[in-house]
Amino acid sequence: MEEFINVGKRIPKMDAEEKVTGKAIFIHDLKLPGMLYGKILYSPHPHAKIVSIDTSKAEKLPGVKAVLTGYNIPPIKFGVYKDNVPLKANKVCSMRDEVAAVAATDPDIAEEALNLIKVEYEILPALFDPEEAMKEGAPLIHEEHVGGKEKKPTNVLNLPWRLIAGDVDEARKNSAYVAEDRFKVTWVAHCCLGTSGCVAQFDQRNNLTMYSITQIPSLAQRDYTDALATMGLKNKKVRVIKTTIGGGFGSKLDTYAFEYIAILLAHKTRKPVKILFSREEEFFATSPRQPAIINIAQGCTKDGRLTFRDIRMVLDNGAYTSWGATTPSVMMMPISSLYKVPNVRYVAKCVYTNNTYSQAMRGYGNPQATFAIDSQIDILAEMAGIDPLDFRMRNANTPGEVTPQNFKINTCGLRECIDVVAQKLDWRQNRGRRDGRGIGMASMIHVGGGARVYKSDGCGTIIKIDDFGTVNVITGATDMGQGSDTVIAQIAAEELGVRVEDVVVTHTDTDICPWDVGAHASRTTFVAGNSARGAAKKAKEQLLEVAAKAMGESPENLDMRDRTIFSKKDPEKKSPLGKVLRAAHYTAGGSMIMAEYFYDPTNENLDREFKGNLSVTYAYGTHGVEVEVDKETGQVQILKYIAAHDVGRAINPMLLEGQVYGGATMGIGYALTERLILKDGKVMNPNFLDYKMLTAKDVPNIEPIVVETDDPFGPFGAKGIGEPGSVPTAPAIANAIYDAVGVRIKDLPITPEKVLAALKEKNK
Amino acid sequence: MKQIIKFSLNGESTELEIEPHLTLLQLLRDRLELTGTKEGCGMGECGACTVLVDGKTVNSCILPAMEVDGKSVTTIEGLTDAQGNLHPIQKAFIEYGAVQCGFCSPGMVLSAKALLDENSKPTDEEIRHGIAGNLCRCTGYLQIVQAIKAASGQ
Repeated sequence: MEEFINVGKRIPKMDAEEKVTGKAIFIHDLKLPGMLYGKILYSPHPHAKIVSIDTSKAEKLPGVKAVLTGYNIPPIKFGVYKDNVPLKANKVCSMRDEVAAVAATDPDIAEEALNLIKVEYEILPALFDPEEAMKEGAPLIHEEHVGGKEKKPTNVLNLPWRLIAGDVDEARKNSAYVAEDRFKVTWVAHCCLGTSGCVAQFDQRNNLTMYSITQIPSLAQRDYTDALATMGLKNKKVRVIKTTIGGGFGSKLDTYAFEYIAILLAHKTRKPVKILFSREEEFFATSPRQPAIINIAQGCTKDGRLTFRDIRMVLDNGAYTSWGATTPSVMMMPISSLYKVPNVRYVAKCVYTNNTYSQAMRGYGNPQATFAIDSQIDILAEMAGIDPLDFRMRNANTPGEVTPQNFKINTCGLRECIDVVAQKLDWRQNRGRRDGRGIGMASMIHVGGGARVYKSDGCGTIIKIDDFGTVNVITGATDMGQGSDTVIAQIAAEELGVRVEDVVVTHTDTDICPWDVGAHASRTTFVAGNSARGAAKKAKEQLLEVAAKAMGESPENLDMRDRTIFSKKDPEKKSPLGKVLRAAHYTAGGSMIMAEYFYDPTNENLDREFKGNLSVTYAYGTHGVEVEVDKETGQVQILKYIAAHDVGRAINPMLLEGQVYGGATMGIGYALTERLILKDGKVMNPNFLDYKMLTAKDVPNIEPIVVETDDPFGPFGAKGIGEPGSVPTAPAIANAIYDAVGVRIKDLPITPEKVLAALKEKNK
Repeated sequence: MKQIIKFSLNGESTELEIEPHLTLLQLLRDRLELTGTKEGCGMGECGACTVLVDGKTVNSCILPAMEVDGKSVTTIEGLTDAQGNLHPIQKAFIEYGAVQCGFCSPGMVLSAKALLDENSKPTDEEIRHGIAGNLCRCTGYLQIVQAIKAASGQ
């Protein structure tokens, strides 16, 4: 294998020193001259008519500079379905509905002003169960929303989630074994330690600067530009500047009411306006993971080959539509392509309710679907009398395969992952003891080479090199803590022939940075990495061209390694990079080294049937777990946790392990402890005391196993790894619990109460 | 009615007139602009606002600033030495990948310092216990535990 200077090294994150010293500037720390503080009044009812709003007292409070309601703002619409507005008029549809907003000189004054706003409501019947909301005659959340062939008013969204491959009914008839189950998954919160916030600022000419923590700077810029147009500010410019982001995990893939409210308040007051969420707001007014009711059937032949997979899902969309409603498009990936399954049918309905609305969250629907699929693989294997390890091996995906969704699998390390997990758990020895200890495994597929969700899956990079060999890599990518800046620097440095410490990465400003569709779909290492590599290649060509003149060599005979340009024929003939750069700048008719590259992978949009090669390559993995279940308390303890991932190549093993540790920990929370409890539309546990995120004492020792398949399309062979760690966690744990005590829990989280109830039921 | 408090802040004696309802976090962040201390929840549940008072960790978001009168307060800004050199715990955090988004890092580092000052060779369990009050969503804590262990010279 080629010897690398930067790639494959455990290089510390470039921004770590700023962060451990408290010097990194988060949105919380940003203060502009004359800045006002915005606060939002939310609805106390899940579904109600607004009869009247009286803001007169609030307006008179000293320090209050503006009060806005849904009745005095322009008709800005946002959200995936454009069914949401920054402040609601006439009616509220959930308890996170924004009814009024205040800007004041001090956050306490703004808070006090909210208390002075009088809103009279007329309560309407509310819906909290999507299956109820689907029924004929159910109250309507959005009266104007119509669906179906007859265009009748309905709560069911017009989203055509339907994937059919092969003949499921025929395959079912011919199956030796068929398992049929109903699984349920609920809301969980991203729990970014840094709460949401922004600062909106207009200049004299009404151009907007938005200080933001978005994961989608280019798309957010477009959303804000559209909002300005609706505000009558046509052709005005929007600049998005990202502060340090206190965690993302998908939560910042959309634009939200609070951002538009800050823009409206800033415009009205002509002052910068900051809105910063409290932890309570973060819990009830941001969008959690999409819940789902999953009806699933799978069948197999006598010798354990999967024959079909048939899934019907109902998704609680909540009152408005963000990316949660599109999670079925990603659920299709494991449904069609996790293990070899020739016949697939998947139909999902998203239904408006008066609950909170959901958003992308690490894995984007994949953990939900994989929980059902890979829990049921164990059920089916047991019916067929086959060890689930052998069952998975028999059906494992392989390189060169084309899946029912037309995914072209090139590199695929799934068998290696299953195999190493089995070894680490000593599978044959430890399986089937039923003595309170048990082992289980589950696998995953995810996009590993970008995902063409939009028309483009592209990312741009600009590289310029200064007099002294400092390489500025200006990327469209977003580092929200995962370390993409460092990985991009390593890739660019490797391609150029410099060291990572020579590289400065800029990613924070849409006035400077090239376009990118955002930090989603585990695409940054792959797409932004390939983009950076492409720009580095071009910059290097320019550099060798200049060096060739100075050194009296032809460019093709030159190369650069470790900051030195040398002749490939005569390695003694060399020149330090800085000298060549200065020669370029200080020579008459000189030049500068600057290159740009836009990389848009050769993946495909899904077609009308939701088929197509969504990603250039796919990331596979298997998690294995050993648990001990206390039969008296129902408590599940994880004794061993193995996370094997086909990562293509680890550009930075330390940061990669960080993604696996963090992803798996989030997944364990999803499996065992975390849930946002909604009662009649109200979030009952909007704090860290009642929302059980894992602490340092709860997290087991996770052993990451890196399987390198050196993907031919990846930058230096790499695939994405941001999301995979949190995908197969819940089914692996559920399977281990079954192995330990013989109870199968089909709804998350698997709390001690549920385990205990199931044990009681079993022992009846 | 404002009251005067005297305390040592990162080694410097400090005298301030403050309103009695002010929390230590508000004093540090809003009044003194020491924004290295973070507010993650405002209810003493996440540990992002951890600072040291007389060497012990406190959640500064729920501690009245009046309470530090006559005491010694160390914030993340006080952890580097006079030349700006990093504390060994900070170095270890960087070297072991214990930092992702970084929002919990200042509090986490200070909890680690309090732990190591009291117990110079903690076991993994003791480290986990020592930082149990500091939530982190990014790392899964394991590289943080490794970093603290390394900083203790083990």
